[in-house]
Amino acid sequence: MIPRGDVIGKPRRRVDGRAKVTGQTKFADDILLPRMVHGKLLRSSVPHAKIVRIDTSKAEALDGVHLVLTGEAFPIAYGILPVSHDEHALCREVVRFVGDPVAAVIARDEATAERAAHLIDVEYETLRTFASPADSLKYPEPRIHEYGDFGNVHKVVALQFGDVDSAIAGADHVFDDVFFFEGSTHLPIEQHATVATKDPDGKLVVYSSTQTPHYLHRALAKALAMPAAHIRVVATPNGGAFGGKSDPFNHEVVVAYAAMRLDRPVKICLNREEVFYCHRGRHPVLMRFRTGVSKDGRITGLDLQTLLDGGAYGSYGVASTFYTGALQTVTYDIPTYRFRGCRVFTNKPPCGPKRGHGTPQSRFGQEVQLDKIAETLAIDPADLRLKIVQPPDSLTVNFLRVGTIGLADCIRKVVERSGWRDSFRKLPHGRGVGLACSSYLSGAGLPINWNDLPHSGVQLKLDRSGGVTVFCGATEIGQGSDDVLVAMVAEVLGIDPFDVRAVTGDTDLTPVDLGSYSSRVTLMMGHAAIQAAERARALVADAVSAKLEIPKDRLVFADRRVFDSADPDKGTTFREAVCMAEAKFGTLGTTGSYTPPKSPAKFKGGGVGPSPTYSYTAAVVEVDVDPETGWITVPRVWIAHDIGRALNPTLVRGQVEGSVYMGLGEALMEEQVFRRLPAKLSHALVHKFPSILEYKSPTSLDMPEVFTDLIEHPDPAGPFGAKEVGQGPLLPIMPAVANAVYDAVGVRIDSIPVTPEKILRALEAKAAGKPARSGPTTFPDIPWPETLHVTPPWAGGDGRAANEPARPTRRKVDAGIEARAAGMAKNTEARS
Amino acid sequence: MKLRLTMTVNGEPADALVDPNKTLLEVLREDLQLTGTKHGCELGECGACAVLVDDQPLLSCLMVAHECEGRSVVTVEGLTLDGRLHPLQECFADLGAAQCGYCTPGILITAKALLDRDPHPSRDRIREALSGNLCRCTGYQQILDAVEAAARRSLGEGGGEGRTQ
Repeated sequence: MIPRGDVIGKPRRRVDGRAKVTGQTKFADDILLPRMVHGKLLRSSVPHAKIVRIDTSKAEALDGVHLVLTGEAFPIAYGILPVSHDEHALCREVVRFVGDPVAAVIARDEATAERAAHLIDVEYETLRTFASPADSLKYPEPRIHEYGDFGNVHKVVALQFGDVDSAIAGADHVFDDVFFFEGSTHLPIEQHATVATKDPDGKLVVYSSTQTPHYLHRALAKALAMPAAHIRVVATPNGGAFGGKSDPFNHEVVVAYAAMRLDRPVKICLNREEVFYCHRGRHPVLMRFRTGVSKDGRITGLDLQTLLDGGAYGSYGVASTFYTGALQTVTYDIPTYRFRGCRVFTNKPPCGPKRGHGTPQSRFGQEVQLDKIAETLAIDPADLRLKIVQPPDSLTVNFLRVGTIGLADCIRKVVERSGWRDSFRKLPHGRGVGLACSSYLSGAGLPINWNDLPHSGVQLKLDRSGGVTVFCGATEIGQGSDDVLVAMVAEVLGIDPFDVRAVTGDTDLTPVDLGSYSSRVTLMMGHAAIQAAERARALVADAVSAKLEIPKDRLVFADRRVFDSADPDKGTTFREAVCMAEAKFGTLGTTGSYTPPKSPAKFKGGGVGPSPTYSYTAAVVEVDVDPETGWITVPRVWIAHDIGRALNPTLVRGQVEGSVYMGLGEALMEEQVFRRLPAKLSHALVHKFPSILEYKSPTSLDMPEVFTDLIEHPDPAGPFGAKEVGQGPLLPIMPAVANAVYDAVGVRIDSIPVTPEKILRALEAKAAGKPARSGPTTFPDIPWPETLHVTPPWAGGDGRAANEPARPTRRKVDAGIEARAAGMAKNTEARS
Repeated sequence: MKLRLTMTVNGEPADALVDPNKTLLEVLREDLQLTGTKHGCELGECGACAVLVDDQPLLSCLMVAHECEGRSVVTVEGLTLDGRLHPLQECFADLGAAQCGYCTPGILITAKALLDRDPHPSRDRIREALSGNLCRCTGYQQILDAVEAAARRSLGEGGGEGRTQ
């Protein structure tokens, strides 16, 4: 449907804007309930150990303590992916990282709970610490988990599309580069908090700062062995999330259990140090790009290997692994491709999805290598990319369906706006510009738990007051989810967004939406909302047409009126129109739902990467580098984003600039890194700086001016033509910074973050006649599994692997979530 | 043992019996139920808990509440006047300066302290004043725009959309 544009496309105050600027948005920790008690988790002080004994007697004896819990209370494992249900709310036999929860205390206040937690005596029997992927590849025993592909390797995958070896061997040039991308964390300013209570009829209610109430709902049902229908999860607005609140967390399960046991409200609000332990952030990734290139700059084949440091649990890791190899091909034309990925377990907080999920690391490698290719072939990096942009309406070598693609326009826009033609390789020593591009999903094409159910559902209620209420399970995490929901409905019904009330993220009240992840909300919820609103509009139009004797196809919904397009004075108010419909049809309610189109990728692993459509971004970053100190600053960034259509340009710009900001943090300073305590202490592997002060992130003084352009070619796959914006614009920033440093001082920084130390080291190497770079040089030998061979679509491939073992047919969805969850936990196939 | 604490909060007398080791942040949120003031670290690192104490922007997580005996405290709940939003609030809402809204109360308070002292700050001056308030969502651009717009609006030049809800 083509919007009239009364709401869509206009810069507007978001519907929850007033709440946010008056401090009235209720975050989880703002919930204060009568008789509420408080919880504190005791976390492991050692990185890897067997729990020999836990003595909770002193804690239990402390005045004000209501309940002390250990792993005994939590026999059932849970996790976000069906293939890695490897977490317990409290560790039962083994602790796997410093920060792994081993016990919990519920007390009259937080201070008492904390005091009591310190009175718990835990005896550990130390196991070998796996501090790095090298450790995990070298020592198969002891295993951090009893599952996984082998030893301490969680997952290895190998996929090949076409004869990549011949394509690379026959290329004019072969580029072989190794890159490293350090891990980083989300650092939402809101610390995770959860309040659980037993409602008056005995059911469980959980309010939590979660991006994924539906998945938390499932996890709680499983972990607590309760019927899902007796659990209500309410996602409170998240005070920032960025992927860090999309797993079910230990504290959520603990407070839920404790509230049911104690029959009173229980709250846990994590402190900042604990947020660093929850993590689920960017995986550190070592990667090797071997790329065949023709003389004129076309890619003949790409052979990519990635090694991910997964930390102590599965989390989204299997998906993260596939994502390091999924999206290269939707950006550039790559006719043959091999991807091999490996994720290992280590004794560190688990990694998972951070903004860009698994794709920023390999995006960095690919975009820096393209800069090197352009340099070698003496082609301008912008022109090189323009030459190899993936064509629109195409199927990639790995069976991803690309719709509209505005990447070439994005490149041309940033080249023009930044004055690229006059600056690239022309600025004085110490100043440089770099260019990079990216693409990202507008929603994952497959759900985490494979089934045939809609990914997003919307219900609409209209009544004689003229008021409209829209219900959807989507979760407001700051991105403007509620605003998009309301705007869709208001546009279709011709009313003001402030006439619509949104009820969201509540598993009792709202239909399921899978959650705020994978940039899926605008597209999927948007389609569902439009469908529900159009159905409501049809009912109202029917009634108005009959009553006022205006042909239905002449009715216009606008300005809170329903009127005759041929005679605008003939019509009625929206409120009257709703009354007519209520009189004619009875109580008014409509629904809408959205399920993404089926992907042609049928091979194992093909579930990661498909999306209804992809967003595209290009960026130029300018840097100043002091050759004496290596000090680097970023004065300006130009960025153009292919958004399809900007539903609310104010919010879209905020997402682009926020992505640039977070990308610059990763590019220049953010590191989730670890160190060994001195041997005379415990020699434990600990987080280097679990505090906001020492985990450096950009302040207002570090932020450059950002020049944002939106490229709007409405995409037929998007609601009103919209694509995603929350994640894609982050991706080009890190490689653009590294490419700009090369332009400024002639050294390659092939590892993220790009720090003054690395720049100085590379400058010293250059002066000494060594390779002018800083970064890894080798990629380890990994025992890859048999490669799955998939014939490319243009060579007659059907999307299946020729040598893939037969897979069990998918089971039909049944009624019981617990039964399904239990069944899926047994399913050892990697499917997400 | 709890001690009596008397302050003026948002222009009204506030009287409470509180633990002597409680921070101002805890008393505001827990004892006075003014949950508009947020916390992101409770170590003075993020700026989310900023409030005005006798017109000075201070981090409430680093103050023992009893230090505020007899003093005047303004929180985000005290920014609205006669049911109308402060120009900073209007502009933050209109211009996308609040995304998740969690750092927003602390930033509004810090920005108010700036504008009270310097009604026409330069963009660099605003950057400097807000450099102790971390925001992970916006990249600060729309926050700077909103403070500038609010300063203009205070001058009667308008700014934002001027929509009052």
